[in-house]
Amino acid sequence: MSESVRRGFIANLPVAASVGAYGSVLGVLAAQKGLGWLALALMNVSVFAGSAQFVMVEMWETPLPIFEITMAVMVINLRYLLIGASLRPLFIGKSLGHKFARMHLVTDENWAVTMAEYRRCGTDTGFLLGGGLCVITAWNAGTLIGHRLGAFVTHPEAFALDFAFVAVFTALAASLFEGKRDILPWLVAAATAIATELFFPGKWYIITGGMAGALVAMLTQPEREVAHVS
Amino acid sequence: MYPDLSVALAIALAAIVTYGLRIGGLLLADRLPDSGPFKRFMDALPGTILVSLVAPGIIQAGIWGMVATVLVILTAIKSKNAFFAMLVGMIVVAASRALAGG
Repeated sequence: MSESVRRGFIANLPVAASVGAYGSVLGVLAAQKGLGWLALALMNVSVFAGSAQFVMVEMWETPLPIFEITMAVMVINLRYLLIGASLRPLFIGKSLGHKFARMHLVTDENWAVTMAEYRRCGTDTGFLLGGGLCVITAWNAGTLIGHRLGAFVTHPEAFALDFAFVAVFTALAASLFEGKRDILPWLVAAATAIATELFFPGKWYIITGGMAGALVAMLTQPEREVAHVS
Repeated sequence: MYPDLSVALAIALAAIVTYGLRIGGLLLADRLPDSGPFKRFMDALPGTILVSLVAPGIIQAGIWGMVATVLVILTAIKSKNAFFAMLVGMIVVAASRALAGG
């Protein structure tokens, strides 16, 4: 068991490097927003979801829009339903306690590495856990070091830190683009988000844009297998 | 800002929601359809959420922000490295401001 934890940890070291790098940017932004070091550390270990934490920090202001933040986190992390479901073969025969203990440390990164390993030669939940331990270590190191550095940045605009949020998510979106099938849903998402942002205060545009785009995909896209052939 | 009740509450709710989705996906795996409309909706969601996150910001970022956004997209597609693409965008915006402020 501990052997597969160790192998999972090592297999995730390359992705952990980029997780740490992202984390340092989040840490700098968090410091600029007045989010404390302790609160960031708490968020890292309890929420432990990169995209959602970026959005939380972006929405961080006084008074905290707690309901809005919770809704935004829920929508951004809805994909974990599918990620969790896809891990079922690894957990066959495991106790409920085992499942509850292992699922917290599942992220996009160690999930992807584990699924690749599973398809290649089969693996177990220890490998998944090892990857999670690797990613959470890098995430804490990156964000908390970034937070310390962020305290020294007095002119964040000069380093384009206000553009970091747009740059991070544009880059992530571009890496998810799968071609023609995505164009219409993404245009609808963008247009809905821009229109919502004009007429409603706060960050509701994340939810309206994301939902509208996904609805268009649901109504217009063929099944994935069919899309592959065309 | 010192950790106060609202900070603790915001983090706790985000943590509960996120963990609920993680464990919920595993426990409900048998009941979640792996094809059909629900699956198409869920498959499309990560991309459309990311687009919605950035669309208003891109519009507000001005001409250099839009130039930087195009470069971020091209770099991300060519290099397959999202972090590197992000750095390119930030450098372009920072450089444009340094020159303008020059």
